[in-house]
Amino acid sequence: MATSTGLAKSPTGITGLDTITHGGLPKGRTTLVEGKAGAGKTVLALQTLVNGARDYGEPGIFVAFEESTERICVNASSFGWDIPSLDEKDLFLLDAQPSADLVQSGGFDLGGMLAALDAKVTAMGAQRIAFDALDIVLGLLEDRNAVRREVYRLHDWLLSRGLTAIITHKAGWRGPESRTTRFDFMQFMVDCTLLLEHEIVKGISQRKLCVVKYRGSSFDANEAATVIGRNGLEVAAFGPESSAYPEASDERVSSGIERLDTMLGGGYHRGASILLTGAPGTAKTTLCGTFVEAACLRGESILFVSFDSPSGEVIRNLKSVGIDLRPFIEQGLLHMRSTRTTVGSADIHLLRVKSDAEACQARCVVIDPLSALSKAAMSYRTQSVVERLVEWSKAHGITLMSSSLLDGDHPDSEGTSMQISTLADTWIHLNYLVRGGERNRGLTIVKSRGTGHSNQVRELIISDEGLTLADVFSAGGEVFMGTLRADKERVDRLERQTAESESRRQKVKLDSEVLEFEARLANLQRELSLKKAEQSALASEEASESSERTAATEEIRTLRGADADTPTGTIGTNE
Amino acid sequence: MSKNSVAFRLYVAGESVNSRQAVANLEALCSECLPGRHTIEVLDVFQCPERAMEDGVFLTPTLVILSMDPPRRIVGTLSDRGVVTRMLGMDLASL
Repeated sequence: MATSTGLAKSPTGITGLDTITHGGLPKGRTTLVEGKAGAGKTVLALQTLVNGARDYGEPGIFVAFEESTERICVNASSFGWDIPSLDEKDLFLLDAQPSADLVQSGGFDLGGMLAALDAKVTAMGAQRIAFDALDIVLGLLEDRNAVRREVYRLHDWLLSRGLTAIITHKAGWRGPESRTTRFDFMQFMVDCTLLLEHEIVKGISQRKLCVVKYRGSSFDANEAATVIGRNGLEVAAFGPESSAYPEASDERVSSGIERLDTMLGGGYHRGASILLTGAPGTAKTTLCGTFVEAACLRGESILFVSFDSPSGEVIRNLKSVGIDLRPFIEQGLLHMRSTRTTVGSADIHLLRVKSDAEACQARCVVIDPLSALSKAAMSYRTQSVVERLVEWSKAHGITLMSSSLLDGDHPDSEGTSMQISTLADTWIHLNYLVRGGERNRGLTIVKSRGTGHSNQVRELIISDEGLTLADVFSAGGEVFMGTLRADKERVDRLERQTAESESRRQKVKLDSEVLEFEARLANLQRELSLKKAEQSALASEEASESSERTAATEEIRTLRGADADTPTGTIGTNE
Repeated sequence: MSKNSVAFRLYVAGESVNSRQAVANLEALCSECLPGRHTIEVLDVFQCPERAMEDGVFLTPTLVILSMDPPRRIVGTLSDRGVVTRMLGMDLASL
């Protein structure tokens, strides 16, 4: 891995350690590994040498001051490192324990060891070397000056040989202020210092590693959780860069509930992390069950991890709601794991989930409930475990479903103690709505990234046939469920019927009124036309009368002869 | 070599201060306490590092008393002569 200074590095091959050291230990330089007894110093040193010999073509020598080489081989085989199978030219174990009955008279030095090792390094072409528990032999030296002299002698030899060296050293870490041991100067001499710690928190083992210094290189200075698992030491570090993620999938996977799929716009996204939150008994496990069933029906391998609840019980309980997982286990699709939270730290649990999922090539992983991890120990560590879990599942394209109890202190808030809600792509919240002496389950999709989703609360109905969602009845700004919903629906139906008959009655009444008006209108029209006829008759009568009178006047005038041309006869007729 | 002769092998690291002191201390002890009853073999681990590896000698100087069964070892400059003589079962005061 490139560094700002281009310092050459030797990868340790230890998961996570090469990430936080940005590439490994300084090549050709000395690294000091400090920690109390049982912190994992020997494992770190031996693992680096085994990996170097086996995977990086760098032969190594392991100088053991504290344990016999036989014991080291036995311990190594428990991590699956078969040291006897490695050529002695690739990995050489040197038993350099001072004998228990060592008799001392006067000062001595490490000249013999360096001479012997020098010959061995040349013969093997060794590139890595570890001095395990150097404090044992330094403790035999007569004074501070002798210790200093021998450590510098060792360091000069390592540098002249260009060896990548690890010196492990028992030391308590009491904070930078109070560290005044006789071996302090080693801190300044070496190029890199790793501090390993092991403590018991609430009865559970917690390990951590911290890069205290790294000359000429950048590194992650944060404390990192470590685990000594089946394959040796593993350091919790954020793994692949985001570019290493598989492409975000548009594929949908069914939730196992048809109506929920519809609400989600087709189901969950493949490779998404899905969070189910809710109080105890809100059917979180049942929703996990439907998801598992759907995955198995698609023929996918799935890992179901249940915390603090035996697999048998989970299977029985799910069967009571019509989800039968047994055939899927027999088909080898479903892998049930049940574990108690208290058996290990959150980091241990994460390690197990990962190795189990990888062993069965799971495409989906269900963890129920994930919040059990926060019970395991320090919550700030759990947060990081959850982040790494989500990151890991995304990097592997695994669809992850985890359930979480709500934080006991804030039962009403839709938040979780682990803040995992921000890491979830789809967050479904289940809650109880209590009204009218009934508890009913409500389901809400709080969020679902990259997909349109319903904003409605639905009622989750569980029967021995399985799960379904019902539309909730909302009226007057209130949501009704269960019996209340049924009641409300009935009342509403009655009201609707009453209203309908009322309007029918109104219509009839109006109809008859209209008819009546129409009848009255017809009558009036008839009367009107009569009047009009009368009116016109009167008018024509008047007209004929007047014309007659005009004619008569003319006649009289003619008869009177008033006018020359008026015939007299006309006047006479008027007499 | 007589029955009472003591065989020593001293592993040294070149000409280092500790090693030179050990050689001097051993020779002085032998000439004073075991005159004519001792043999000394000095092995320089820089000259024969394989021997040091085989014999498991990592701290120098190391004195091995070969004539004892099992052979006993003393690490250091042998500045405290009593450690050697007590191991050999010799009463220093009587010498």
